[in-house]
Amino acid sequence: MESLLIYVAASVAIISSAMVITQLNAVHALLYLILSLLAVGIIFYLLGAHFAAVLEVIIYAGAIMVLFVFVVMMLNLGNATIALEQSWIKPRMWLGPSLLAVILLSELILMFSQAVSVTAINLVDAKQVGILLFGPYLLAVELASMLLLAGLIGAYHLGRRQTKANKET
Amino acid sequence: MTEPINQIGTWIDIIGILSSVMLVAALLIWVERRMIGIWQDRLGPNRLGPLGLMQVAADMIKIFFKEDWIPPFADKAVFVLAPMIIMVTILTAFAVVPFAPGIGIIDFNFGLLYFLALSSLSVYSVVLGGYASNNKYALLGAVRAAAQTISYEVFMALSLMGVVMLSGTFNLRDIVEAQRNGWFCLSQFLGLFLFIVAVVAESHRTPFDLPEAEHEIIAGFHIEYSGMKFGMFFIGEYLSVTLSSAMIVTLFFGGWLGPEFLPPLFWFCFKTSIWILFFVLLRASLPRPRYDQLMSFGWKFMLPLALINLLVTGGLVLWMES
Amino acid sequence: MNSFKLCIDLILSQFQTLGTVLQHTFTKADTVEYPEQQVALFPRYRGRIVLTRDPDGLERCVACNLCAVACPVDCIALQKSEDQEGRWYPDFFRINFSRCIMCGFCEEACPTYAIQLTPDFEMCEYDRQSMVYEKEDLLIDGTGKYHDYNFYRIAGKSIAGKGKGEAENEAPPIDVKTLLP
Repeated sequence: MESLLIYVAASVAIISSAMVITQLNAVHALLYLILSLLAVGIIFYLLGAHFAAVLEVIIYAGAIMVLFVFVVMMLNLGNATIALEQSWIKPRMWLGPSLLAVILLSELILMFSQAVSVTAINLVDAKQVGILLFGPYLLAVELASMLLLAGLIGAYHLGRRQTKANKET
Repeated sequence: MTEPINQIGTWIDIIGILSSVMLVAALLIWVERRMIGIWQDRLGPNRLGPLGLMQVAADMIKIFFKEDWIPPFADKAVFVLAPMIIMVTILTAFAVVPFAPGIGIIDFNFGLLYFLALSSLSVYSVVLGGYASNNKYALLGAVRAAAQTISYEVFMALSLMGVVMLSGTFNLRDIVEAQRNGWFCLSQFLGLFLFIVAVVAESHRTPFDLPEAEHEIIAGFHIEYSGMKFGMFFIGEYLSVTLSSAMIVTLFFGGWLGPEFLPPLFWFCFKTSIWILFFVLLRASLPRPRYDQLMSFGWKFMLPLALINLLVTGGLVLWMES
Repeated sequence: MNSFKLCIDLILSQFQTLGTVLQHTFTKADTVEYPEQQVALFPRYRGRIVLTRDPDGLERCVACNLCAVACPVDCIALQKSEDQEGRWYPDFFRINFSRCIMCGFCEEACPTYAIQLTPDFEMCEYDRQSMVYEKEDLLIDGTGKYHDYNFYRIAGKSIAGKGKGEAENEAPPIDVKTLLP
């Protein structure tokens, strides 16, 4: 039963990811991307990583994609852009990327064919995630926080109002 | 560790809960107009039926039978999809609401996060509705909604972390049980305040109804909507008010806990209805802030306050334990 | 820090607003439930327009057209006519109440107190044409608000062989065309 659910969610994810690439309308593409992220969330849930599943929905689908949609809406892409997109999606354009992707896919299939089958689903608790994050992976957390701090300072600099004093300098 | 997710409701429970929630949302049409009337020294709807109660039926009939018009310039698929999102997300969020011991749909270990996830998804309804209308006022409303929700969602989650720290779980039923020795509205007073503000902003109610500000951008995101699609936005707003009230009660006011002489379900519904009335009171009394004020209030005041609350609560919890 | 204090003050003022509004739970509603409950109208309420008669029972209107000029929405139409003595009277007098805004300017403009506004506003009709009132609809039998006023008692009247101001106890009429006192 669960494996069937995983397959369904995975195929939804794959199909919607494909639609993200082929959609001409940017907002429609983003909608498919949201759908893909939700499907990935379901997969996380079925694999026992409930915390990751919920965070996937909150952070990716709920916050980051809203920003994406926000920006795309502000750009006011009209029919001209759709025509432009149409001209971009030619077989010649996606020959290279898809070739590389096929290599990766075959590698993945090779890995799966040799891997041992997943026996039991390991439930991951929020507490475990927290202990792991602030235990063995503390350095990664700190590095991520440094990165975020840099981003914050950059955003502050860009968004700072130009006053007369610092305009002259 | 217990099972992460338990189904505690049968199909009958699910149907009962969903239909009663819908009924409450529909009744809120009447309650809100009537209560605002009382608070503004008016009468409110009083013509149809006893106390004007049949106004609900009249509004329903009007909404159902009005022409459901899709503008020819709209992005049709998204236009139809948008109002459904808010109904689906809010109604599914009711799955984790702990009405009383043994009454509810599921018992999920990450119930709180599940609520946050679905309430953050519900913003797509407004954003996509505004975008798909292909109307400049609708787009302005959608842009406002997106920016507002992103800003207020940040500290909405942070304001709840104090509750999570004190109770040590994300499970809503365990959070209610953890309040046996004192409701969190006392120990997490700041958290309660932050959560109320965030929840009001999230459900686009006055004073944070900038996405649909009638005076500035006519009706904002739902300007092109009519008939049942508008009705879904309309009922969706009341549903999210009900959900927010239920969550405030669950997280800060002891959920179903109360004196023993009445059943737990009564206490839950009683507290929830008081908070619904509070939402109506907010709408009756407060004016709408300017947009830049809204943004700076969120980022410069509420977010630091949420972080301070988080820090102090965490410190106190550690100090008490050691 | 100052803006932080401002924020706190603003939030507290919002709570004060909430409290004030909550107190209104116990105040009585100001609503007058109109069709069941009649509205108290003052005697000088500006409602439906009537044409009055002087105490002798003759119509006051002298068809001077001042009301039609004063009307901001041009809802008054009338046609001057004369009787054998040369007294002016309206041949027809028509007010389109679907246009009238009950401003009362016509009443102010009227030199003879003929046109007056009454405390009545219930004039609903299914047919728009029924809102156009003719002279016979407008004319009432009474004197309206000014019971003793008779225009010609004050203004005088020329009869055959005797002009205005030539009778006993009459002052000569004021010459309105000169600036001299």
